[in-house]
Amino acid sequence: MAAGVATWLPFARAAAVGWLPLAKKTMPKPPVDNSSRSDEILYVNVSGVRFQTWKNTLDRYPDTLLGSSEKEFFYNEDTQEYFFDRDPEMFRHILNFYRTGKLHYPRHECIQAFDEELAFYGIVPEIIGDCCMEEYRDRKKENQERLAEDTEANEATDAPLPPHSTSRERLWRAFENPHTSTMALVFYYVTGFFIAVSVIANVVETVPCRPPKGRVKDLPCGEKYQLAFFCMDTACVLIFTFEYLMRLFAAPSRCKFMRSVMSVIDVVAIMPYYIGLVMPENEDVSGAFVTLRVFRVFRIFKFSRHSQGLRILGYTLKSCASELGFLLFSLTMAIIIFATVMFYAEKGTKGSTFTSIPASFWYTIVTMTTLGYGDMVPNTIAGKIFGSICSLSGVLVIALPVPVIVSNFSRIYHQNQRADKMRAQQKVRLARIRMAKKGTTNAFLQYKEDRALGVRATHRGQVLTSETPNKTKDPDSDNTALCVKNRSAFEHQHHHLLHCLEKTTNHEFTDEMTYSELCMTESVGFRTSRSTSLSSQQGVQNNSTGCCPRRARRRAAMRLANSTVSVSRGSVQELDTLHIKTTSIASQNRSSLNAQASDLKLNCGEPDFTAAIISIPTPPANSPDESLPSSPAPIPGILRNTRARAFTHETVKISSL
Amino acid sequence: MGAVVGTLTMQTKQRRPSTDKADDDLEMTMVCHRPEGLDQLEAQTNFSKRELQVLYRGFKNECPSGVVNEDTFKQIYSQFFPHGDASTYAHYLFNAFDSAHTGSIKFEDFVTALSILLRGSVQEKLQWTFNLYDINRDGYINKEEMTDIVRAIYDMMGKYTYPVLKTDAPKQHVDAFFQKMDKNRDGVVTLDEFILSCQEDENIMRSLQLFENVI
Repeated sequence: MAAGVATWLPFARAAAVGWLPLAKKTMPKPPVDNSSRSDEILYVNVSGVRFQTWKNTLDRYPDTLLGSSEKEFFYNEDTQEYFFDRDPEMFRHILNFYRTGKLHYPRHECIQAFDEELAFYGIVPEIIGDCCMEEYRDRKKENQERLAEDTEANEATDAPLPPHSTSRERLWRAFENPHTSTMALVFYYVTGFFIAVSVIANVVETVPCRPPKGRVKDLPCGEKYQLAFFCMDTACVLIFTFEYLMRLFAAPSRCKFMRSVMSVIDVVAIMPYYIGLVMPENEDVSGAFVTLRVFRVFRIFKFSRHSQGLRILGYTLKSCASELGFLLFSLTMAIIIFATVMFYAEKGTKGSTFTSIPASFWYTIVTMTTLGYGDMVPNTIAGKIFGSICSLSGVLVIALPVPVIVSNFSRIYHQNQRADKMRAQQKVRLARIRMAKKGTTNAFLQYKEDRALGVRATHRGQVLTSETPNKTKDPDSDNTALCVKNRSAFEHQHHHLLHCLEKTTNHEFTDEMTYSELCMTESVGFRTSRSTSLSSQQGVQNNSTGCCPRRARRRAAMRLANSTVSVSRGSVQELDTLHIKTTSIASQNRSSLNAQASDLKLNCGEPDFTAAIISIPTPPANSPDESLPSSPAPIPGILRNTRARAFTHETVKISSL
Repeated sequence: MGAVVGTLTMQTKQRRPSTDKADDDLEMTMVCHRPEGLDQLEAQTNFSKRELQVLYRGFKNECPSGVVNEDTFKQIYSQFFPHGDASTYAHYLFNAFDSAHTGSIKFEDFVTALSILLRGSVQEKLQWTFNLYDINRDGYINKEEMTDIVRAIYDMMGKYTYPVLKTDAPKQHVDAFFQKMDKNRDGVVTLDEFILSCQEDENIMRSLQLFENVI
C-alpha cells in the first residue's frame, strides 16, 4: 500500500461512521493504539551529515531498516541520534523515498554502489519510480553483461585446466583456445594456411592460362593443370574433414555443436568435394555439380574462427537485421513504383527495352543507385521525365541521407525495444500490484485467524489449567500476544476497518480458493454441521509439542471458516507446509524477523503467512518428521483448504519442535 | 508556535477548476489552495492545533495542490478496500464531504467533516450520515437512494465472500433498514425518523463511540 495512504487511514475510518446505521451486527472493538501519539523528529547522522525527519515518515515502510526496529541497533545514546557509517549522498535519495513515496535512481552514481545501499537499507529495487526505472534497468543490464564478459574472458583464456580432465576435454579446449598449448597453436596456423590455399586455388583455377600446344583458345588454369588442382583440393578437404571430425569428437555437447554456425560452415565447405567424388562424370548432372563448386567459396568464412573482427561484423549485421530489412523494404517499394511508371511510360515505343515491369526493375535500380549503365534508356518524353525523377529521387533516397536513415533506424529500433521493454515491465508491474493486493487480502485473513486463535487460546488456557501443568498454557497466550503485537498499528487499524465492513454487510472476506470451493459445495449440497464437531475434537487432542496445537487450532479455525467437505477426494492425508518468506514486498514487520531466533517456536505472526496444504494420497505420516507434521486425527475426506501464494522469494521451513 | 501560525496565516487563492478533463491535470498543478489560518480552523473544528498540523501534513503530502478532486479521492479510498470496488461509495462520500458542491475538497471541508465524524455529538453524526444517504438532498431518503448506497457498500466486499453474496442481499438489507427506520410507513425516511430510530437502537449508539480515538 502506498505510503501516503497511511495518512488517510483516519479519514477512511471516520467515513465508516456512514455504515453504522446499516450494520446488522455489532461492530468489533477498535484496536488499542498504545504508541505515543505525538509525532517526534528523529535525527539521523550519516557519516557526519545530519538529517532530520518525522518519525511518522520513517514508519511508512515498516519492512525496511529505517522503518522497523532494526534502526535501534544504530542508535547512539550519547548523541541521541541514529548513526550510519554510509554514503550521505545516497542517503539523500533513500530518505526522499520515505518522504515522497518514490525512489529515484541518481544517474551519476554507480549502479552497484546504489544497489548495495538499497540492500543495506532493506529497500527492494523494484519500487524505483517509473521515471528512473528504465535508466536503472539499462545500466544494470549493461553492468551485468560487462561482468559476464569479463568473467568469461578470465575463465576462458588462461585458467589452468582442472587436474583430472580427460583427453577429450583437453582436445576441446585446445580447439577453442589455441593459445593454451603449442600443438594447438600449430594446428591453428596450419588450418589457417590451408584455408587460404584452398581459397586461392579456387580463384586461380578460373584464370585463363596459356593454352597447351595444339589449342588456340585460352584455357582456365583449372582445366590445364587439372591434376594439380585436384590434389590440392583433396589435401585441403582432407585437413578440413579431419579438423571437423576432431571437433565433433571433442565437443562436450555434440548436438549443440552440430547446430552452431561454424560447424554448418565447415560442412558446407567440404560437402561439394564429397558429392563430386560420389557423383559420376555425367553430362546431365555436371551442371548441378558446377553449382556446388560455388559453395567452396564458403571456405572463406572459416576464417571467422581466426578473426575476431569478422565475428563482430557478423554479429553486428545480425543485430541490425531489422533495420536493414526495413531499408530494403522501402527501397523495394520505390523500385516497384518507378519500374511500373517507366514500363507504362515506355510501353508504346517500338523496340523498347522495357519489355516488362520486372525488366524495368533493372533500369530503376541502376538509375536510383546512380550507376547508369546505359543498357536501358527511355525514349519517350514521359519516360525521360520519369527517368529523371527516378534518378533524382535515387540520390535522395540512397546517397544523401544514408547517415540520417541509419540514425533514424537506430532510434526507431531503440523505440521498439523500449516499447517491448515497457510491455514486459508492465507485466511485471501488474504482477507486483496483484501480489501486493493479495498480500493485503491475506494479511487481513491472517489477522482474522489470529483473532480467532487468540479467543481460542484464552478458552483453552482456561480449560487446561485444571488438567495439565501451566507449561503449555502460558507460552501459548504469550505467543498470541506477541503474534498480535508484531503487526504495525496501521495494519491493526486497517484490519479493524475491514472487520467493520464485514459486520455491516454480514458477509466475510475470503480468498479465491475457498470461494470456488464454496461454489462447488453449494452445488453438491453438503451439510456443514460436521465442522463444529471437528473443531471440538481438535480442541481436545493436543498432545504434541507447543506449536502443533497452534497449528491444529489454525487448521480447525480454517475449517470453521471454510466448512466444506469435498466428497470426491476419498481418504487423503493432509500435509501442512508452512512457508515463511524472508523477503517480501508487502508490508512485513521486520522486528518479527529479528525476533525469529528467540521465537522460533512461534512460527506465526508474519502477516504474509502462507499455508499451503497439499493433499497427497499417502498413509498418515509420523509426527517425528519435522517438516511433515501430520494432522492429529486422520479424517477421511479431509477438508481441503488452501491459501497458496505465488511469491517466489526464498522460503524458510520452520521446525515444529 | 507563533512562527507556525504566522506562516500558515495566508490568503486563500482559489481558481475554479475547469470542466474539461484533459485540462484537468494541468489545472490541478496550477490550482493552489491554501487553507485559512490554524487559529480559525481550531475555532471551527473540535481538533487541537497539534492534530490539525498532523492532519494537514498528511493532506498536503498526498495533495500538494491543496485540493482533492473526485478521481484522486476515489483512488485513495479504493486502496483501503483492495478486494472490491470502492468507487461508487467513494463517490457518495465525496459528495458528502464536498458540502459546497464545488467539485473538489479543500482542507477545510476535509477537516470539518472529520471533526463531525470523530468529535461531533451524536446528533451531528447522525445528521451527517443522513446527508450521506440522501443522495439528491431533498430531505428524504427513499428506497432507491438507500438501495444505491447499500449496493455501493456491498460492492466494496468484492466477489470472494463467505457466505456467497446473493443478488438480492442489498434489497433485503434495505427492506430491513426501512422496516426499522420508517416509522409512519410512508416509504421515505425523514431526518427526525432517522435520528429517533437510531437513538432507540443501542448497538448503533454504542458503535458511534467507536471511532473517537482515530486521530
